Amino acid sequence: MSALGGTWEMVVGLEVHTELKTATKLFCGCANAFGGEPNTNVCPVCLGLPGSLPVLNEAAVELAIRIGLALHCEVLPSTFARKNYFYPDQPKDYQISQYDQPINAEGYLDLPDGTRVRIERAHMEEDTGKTTHLGGSGRIHGADESIVDYNRAGVPLVEIVSGPDIRSAEQARLYAAELRAILIASGASDGRMEEGSMRVDANVSVRQGPDAPFGTRCEIKNLNSLRSVLRAIDHEALRQVTLLEAGGTVTQETRHWDEDAGRTHTLRSKEEATDYRYFPEPDLVPLAPSSTQIDSIRAALPPMPAERRASIRSLLGDDGAASSLEQITSVVDQGLDDFVVAAVDAGVPVSLALARVANELAGLIADGGEVEVVAMTTLLKMEEAGELSATQSKAVLAELVAAGGDPRSIAKAKGFEQMDEGALDAVLDAVIAENPSEWERYVDGDDKLAGFFTGKVMAATRGQADGKAVNAGLRSRRG
Amino acid sequence: MTAVDIAAGVRSGTLRAADAIETSLRAIAATDGDVHAFLAIYDDDARATAAAIDDRVASGEDPGPLAGVPIALKDNLCHNGRVTSCASRILEGWRSPYDATVVERLEAAGAVVVGKTNMDEFAMGSSTENSAFGPTANPRNTDRVPGGSSGGSAAAVASSMVPISLGSDTGGSIRQPASFCGVVGVKPTYGLVSRYGLVAFASSLDQIGPFSTTVADSALLLEVIAGHDKRDSTSLESPAPSLLSHLHDGVEGLRVGLCPELIEGASPKIAERITIAADALTANGAELVEVALPELRYGLSAYYLLAPAEASSNLARYDGVRYGLRVDADDVAAMNVATRTQGFGDEVKRRIMLGTYALSAGYYDAYYGKAQRVRTMIIQAFDRVYQSVDLLLGATTPTVAFELGAKVADPMEMYLSDVYTIPTNLAGHPALSVPFGTAEDDLPVGVQLLGPALSEVQLFRAAQVLEQEAGR
Amino acid sequence: MSEPSPISAADVVHVATLARLELTAGEVEMFTEQLASILGHAADVAALDLEGLEPTAHPLELLNVVRPDVVQASLDRPVVLAAAPKVLDDRFAVPRIVGEEP
Repeated sequence: MSALGGTWEMVVGLEVHTELKTATKLFCGCANAFGGEPNTNVCPVCLGLPGSLPVLNEAAVELAIRIGLALHCEVLPSTFARKNYFYPDQPKDYQISQYDQPINAEGYLDLPDGTRVRIERAHMEEDTGKTTHLGGSGRIHGADESIVDYNRAGVPLVEIVSGPDIRSAEQARLYAAELRAILIASGASDGRMEEGSMRVDANVSVRQGPDAPFGTRCEIKNLNSLRSVLRAIDHEALRQVTLLEAGGTVTQETRHWDEDAGRTHTLRSKEEATDYRYFPEPDLVPLAPSSTQIDSIRAALPPMPAERRASIRSLLGDDGAASSLEQITSVVDQGLDDFVVAAVDAGVPVSLALARVANELAGLIADGGEVEVVAMTTLLKMEEAGELSATQSKAVLAELVAAGGDPRSIAKAKGFEQMDEGALDAVLDAVIAENPSEWERYVDGDDKLAGFFTGKVMAATRGQADGKAVNAGLRSRRG
Repeated sequence: MTAVDIAAGVRSGTLRAADAIETSLRAIAATDGDVHAFLAIYDDDARATAAAIDDRVASGEDPGPLAGVPIALKDNLCHNGRVTSCASRILEGWRSPYDATVVERLEAAGAVVVGKTNMDEFAMGSSTENSAFGPTANPRNTDRVPGGSSGGSAAAVASSMVPISLGSDTGGSIRQPASFCGVVGVKPTYGLVSRYGLVAFASSLDQIGPFSTTVADSALLLEVIAGHDKRDSTSLESPAPSLLSHLHDGVEGLRVGLCPELIEGASPKIAERITIAADALTANGAELVEVALPELRYGLSAYYLLAPAEASSNLARYDGVRYGLRVDADDVAAMNVATRTQGFGDEVKRRIMLGTYALSAGYYDAYYGKAQRVRTMIIQAFDRVYQSVDLLLGATTPTVAFELGAKVADPMEMYLSDVYTIPTNLAGHPALSVPFGTAEDDLPVGVQLLGPALSEVQLFRAAQVLEQEAGR
Repeated sequence: MSEPSPISAADVVHVATLARLELTAGEVEMFTEQLASILGHAADVAALDLEGLEPTAHPLELLNVVRPDVVQASLDRPVVLAAAPKVLDDRFAVPRIVGEEP
């Protein structure tokens, strides 16, 4: 906010489109799959051939409801509507969407810093095909021709519209990150912005102070990463402030974010108005999910990132929580909180668990490794009990992720658990002194008692003694 | 021969499908030069299909209830690998890569498609004069129109080129040509017959239905094509109704309503025929009840807002991008404009613009929104009346078939022919037209029977009585 | 609700543009007259007071018609592209697009 100077404040609302992780498209049985040879996943319905009709995918409905519930929305009876406009990637030259009766409305999303952003609606609609522009720079201006692939046409989308409650580019970035984490946690989407399965558009305006009326807003499109979200919004807010301070006015328009150039520019707009002429989709009937269905979807929803962060914060208590916010967020974002919780359940101090998971484990897993929760818990318990130093623990972890196995064998193989000779001798002497009759029989030649003594030594050293060394010690004492 | 007789003959081995098809093809060759009912004739394919059916019968198989029956399809029904043009330049030569559900069912029942019939372009019209490929003549008098938009399908049956055909009805496009041509035409309950593969005009009003010379043949055909289809979200759960088995149940005790709104404005001789039809029904045990449906008067206006609105959206896909006509231009929008301007006829353009206007910002509530409420009003009016009657009897059309060219100058004139048929489309109810003698100029006239949703059994029973009494 | 004003030539040109149609001057005049006539007949609807009635989008009372999320065969690509006016790189080719997606 202060970056804009004076009393200027930015007002931002985000519209996020996410593809749903269904097996098939929204209205037909063509596969919903990224990549693939162009125009191989199309049928009369998604190609919009004369006479074709849409039939709604029940899994898409379920995932849309999951998203709505995860965003604390009311799940409502809803209808579909046609949004009419001509464009080559739109096979019917209308999009089947939802307009005045969306499936989800009036929810909210809480940012990690506690800000609550309202969710006005999260509705279902179908995706378009993909256009490639030929000639010129590959961008639309200067292209001679365009070619269209309809594989993506008809893929299920949910459009999530926030209220104009965001007040900085950083908040916008946090919102997008949190929303992505929620979409992934709910199983509805894979949140891959770089693949286009999650797309962010920002509505940005500025005003002089929190009580001033909203200014004219511009819509920014083509934000392909969280970084773009941050940069573009900062840039656009500044552009508007500069313009207004110079005596100009902000024109309501759509602008395109150019990541390389670091600026937005106007899209060359057509003269005709975008009157979408929405009307109820006559080829589909209304949706009215039963409360039983909604309840069962709600019950099956896994805990969302906010809840999971709160769980760890409550383990830490107030003091610890404040200083560890970043670690906690990072751990939950990456889906590693199960490791922390399991370790704490087994008696490991939460600060240790959090540190090892956030710092060491996260780094190792980012490169594609895996480790089982049980193994991690065992390792942390070993470190906590003093059996391993911090350095040793990290080394064992690296090995676990790289090659699997179990912490104790790895520690042993690395010689981390070896006792020094003096300590072993002391324990051996003590065990012999405590068991005189057994020692007498062993000395007399009962070799089987070697096992008895080894067992006693192992018990006394909690498994740290080297079996071979014990046997050697026994034999040398026998003479 | 009727479809019922052909199918029975083929199934019992007493008639060869090849002969039935040959008869049909010969009739087409002899007659269609004058009538121009057909846009496409499938000679060799039809013969091959017929031969295959004969082989199956010979090896002891039953090809189905329409075995060997020649049938014609309105050219807005998709047939895999064949041209489906909707009588429009914009789809001239377009071959559908899939079958409409009704076509699948027909062929699975052993019917033999012999060709595609002429129609008003995209089903918009009441005379088949809006076809881009020339009009069809009324077989009973070739100076007259056959009606529309399913004029070709009606004429093909009326001139005995085929015993049965399929049309589509959005505001009367089966019933009106049936009346003009003197054949049976049925619009089923909305949702009873799958629309998958019917090129859409007005999605909430369109229905596919049969043409035939006898009521029994329409019953047979409707039984084959009706019933739930999971590819159509607006398809009723109901299975196909059992019509043939109840056909001769008579009308004893049936309460038949007469309402002025379905007769006023009809020509004197047509009004007379309705009266005689009413007498025929009472003579057979039906009870006549006077009812009033003043709400029906608003049906025409509501229809001419709702149907074009849906059509303007349904026809947007014809943009020269993926199939059909393309007229090249410098940029894609200009290409869309050039393609659609050249590809669509005037009536289609008129309705697209009217529909676009009715949906446009600032006008939605006054036009489209209002029309939807009129629709509710009409549905409630029908519901009220059907508390006291089982069926309604009225005129199908206000006049007999008019002359080719007589009404092309003023679109509104043409729209008025649908005044008695439109309300049932708005309500989603079934209705049929059964030929009942002649009226002015010795031209055929049909009387219309209307019923509540899923009342096809009663409609057919009453139609059967009227068919027997048509000589009154 | 008061009646909307009658349709003008400018309105006709506007909706023609929205519908990707081009009209000659003569056609604008003709269609304006015809559409005005048709809408004039619809004035009886505009004059009705129907506030108490819900709009009907469908004659049916169906709800919740859905299908299982199971992959079905798509069309073979040659069939998909067979009717295309122009194909490049196995995609539908169109002349250049001016302006972004609305």
